[in-house]
Amino acid sequence: MSESRITPMTAAEIFRRRELTTMQRIQRALHRHPEISPLCVLLAALVTFSFASSRFLQPSNLSLILQQVSVVGSLAIGQTLIILTAGIDLSVGAMMLLVTMVIGVLAGKAGVPGWLSLGIGIGVGGFAGFLNGVLVAQVRLPPFIVTLGSLNVFIAIALLMSGGRSIPGADLGPFLVATNLSFPVGPFQFTVGAVLVIAMYLAVGFALSQTAWGRHVYAVGDDSSAARLAGIQVKRLLLSVYTLTGVIVALSAWVLIGRVGAATTSSAVDANLDSVTAVVIGGASLFGGRGSLLGTFLGAVIVGVFRNGLALARFDVLYQTLAIGLLIIAAVSLDQWIRGVKAQR
Amino acid sequence: MNASIAIDADSARVPVLSARGLVKTFGPVVALDGVDVDVYSGEVLAIIGDNGAGKSVLIKCLTGAEIPDAGQLRVEGRPVAFRKPQDARDAGIETVYQSLALSPALDIASNMFLGRERRRDNILGRWLHMLDKRGMRREAAEKVATLGIQTIQDITQVVETLSGGQRQAVAVARAVAFGGKVIVLDEPTAALGVREGGVVLEIVRKLRNQGLAVILISHNMPHVFESADRIHIQRLGRCAGVITPKTHTMPQAVAIMTGAISVADSLPGAAAGNPGRAGDLEG
Repeated sequence: MSESRITPMTAAEIFRRRELTTMQRIQRALHRHPEISPLCVLLAALVTFSFASSRFLQPSNLSLILQQVSVVGSLAIGQTLIILTAGIDLSVGAMMLLVTMVIGVLAGKAGVPGWLSLGIGIGVGGFAGFLNGVLVAQVRLPPFIVTLGSLNVFIAIALLMSGGRSIPGADLGPFLVATNLSFPVGPFQFTVGAVLVIAMYLAVGFALSQTAWGRHVYAVGDDSSAARLAGIQVKRLLLSVYTLTGVIVALSAWVLIGRVGAATTSSAVDANLDSVTAVVIGGASLFGGRGSLLGTFLGAVIVGVFRNGLALARFDVLYQTLAIGLLIIAAVSLDQWIRGVKAQR
Repeated sequence: MNASIAIDADSARVPVLSARGLVKTFGPVVALDGVDVDVYSGEVLAIIGDNGAGKSVLIKCLTGAEIPDAGQLRVEGRPVAFRKPQDARDAGIETVYQSLALSPALDIASNMFLGRERRRDNILGRWLHMLDKRGMRREAAEKVATLGIQTIQDITQVVETLSGGQRQAVAVARAVAFGGKVIVLDEPTAALGVREGGVVLEIVRKLRNQGLAVILISHNMPHVFESADRIHIQRLGRCAGVITPKTHTMPQAVAIMTGAISVADSLPGAAAGNPGRAGDLEG
């Protein structure tokens, strides 16, 4: 055995050790750090829009962008978790409206204290996410279909509860609209809601990158049967991911109530797919196992920057939609190319 | 029986892993039809058989990846029931599956510690469950080095950028690195070249000499006859017999495997050549 080790390299082994081309280096760097591409897009967009409008880079405008993306950015945290497990959740926006109405009815009509209404709302959100998780992990239905179904269920319940009317912030009490309170940080204006969302990014980001649970999320999304054989309890992990997403969605509902200043079903109607958009532009793979919360945060901000920048440059709102659509296609194409890294050696 | 002392000690030993009457069916397909297996510490038990003979299902039942319909498993004499792979792992049975069961997007160290991650030994670890990434990397590198696997250089490399042989080496390293009692290797040399296959067989011998029990599933007859102490021949969901490389030749093993002859047919020559070993054939 020992003499076979010192035999000279075969032709294939020499070929395998060839120098990488520049494109391959880029591909490998992007493969290791999925947030590089959204970061480049964001910087390019900031530079471009600063030329298009002098108001764009002003602190007040940048603060506004952060507030505008806070709700979708918050939902995108949960969406990232689910997409990392190779799933998708079409129901996060509807779930958020359901929790909004639960909180609104409890606080605005039944007179339950605001903090308790929020607590119950978090419980309802967690339970709704858990139900999605049971259907995906235990009944083994495709996440796309499960959440397409629950999307309709949640939105219908929310509309039934609201009776088509919104509950004004004055009826909800100060606690539930406190997420819209703002305070200055240097020249910028932060809202409590935006700070809450950033704190959620930090907390979930820590769990994803620094704990065993986070490793398991990636492993299950990558290859769930391999993860099972490696000793990971796949069902339990999926249940935890969907339930945690429900809790995150409930906190998003709190942010939404503050931003709108009321509990209503007529806002954030596109939030389901907008959260997917943020995750995809943020460099996560819809095939699971690849992506990061930092990327998602950048993705959410990119969407906000494009909408805001194009509006300031006086483009029609349809051009915003067009630009976001092109971004999605570019991001998914880039992901497909990056995934090709495994084909070499 | 003119048994020597060594054989007496052998028969008195408790198998580290034993199975009795394993049955596994998939609808109308009978994959295992009452299979018995015994494996002792410090031996390599090879399992050979034609495609569809039930080799992979057998080891999946032994390692918790499938739950047998009937039959009894014992680890060191104690009855066990594995519901999931983690149960077998906890009982000291480590497995390298044919599919390798690696996570392509995670690096080598993360894969080796997958499912048994280390936390930091401080407040961050206890309260926030923070991983000890540096410690795991260092330990993974040490374990790979002690195994003599030289194809792996960078422990932080992502598995999907590795070659087939390197992946195999990672999977083997993961199975043997954590001090199990039984190591199960399903076709560990199938995807490898001559040189890399040799490294794996060397590891198998090393493990046996350390006193571990090794179960080796392989199609490669020279590899089996080179490294196995006993050979379990699986045929049509049953055990066609247990032979040893000393008592039987490769063509005989293949003939038993394909049903051309039975173990009884091959017995007289074997019994004359090595009477003390005849007891092994009863399994």
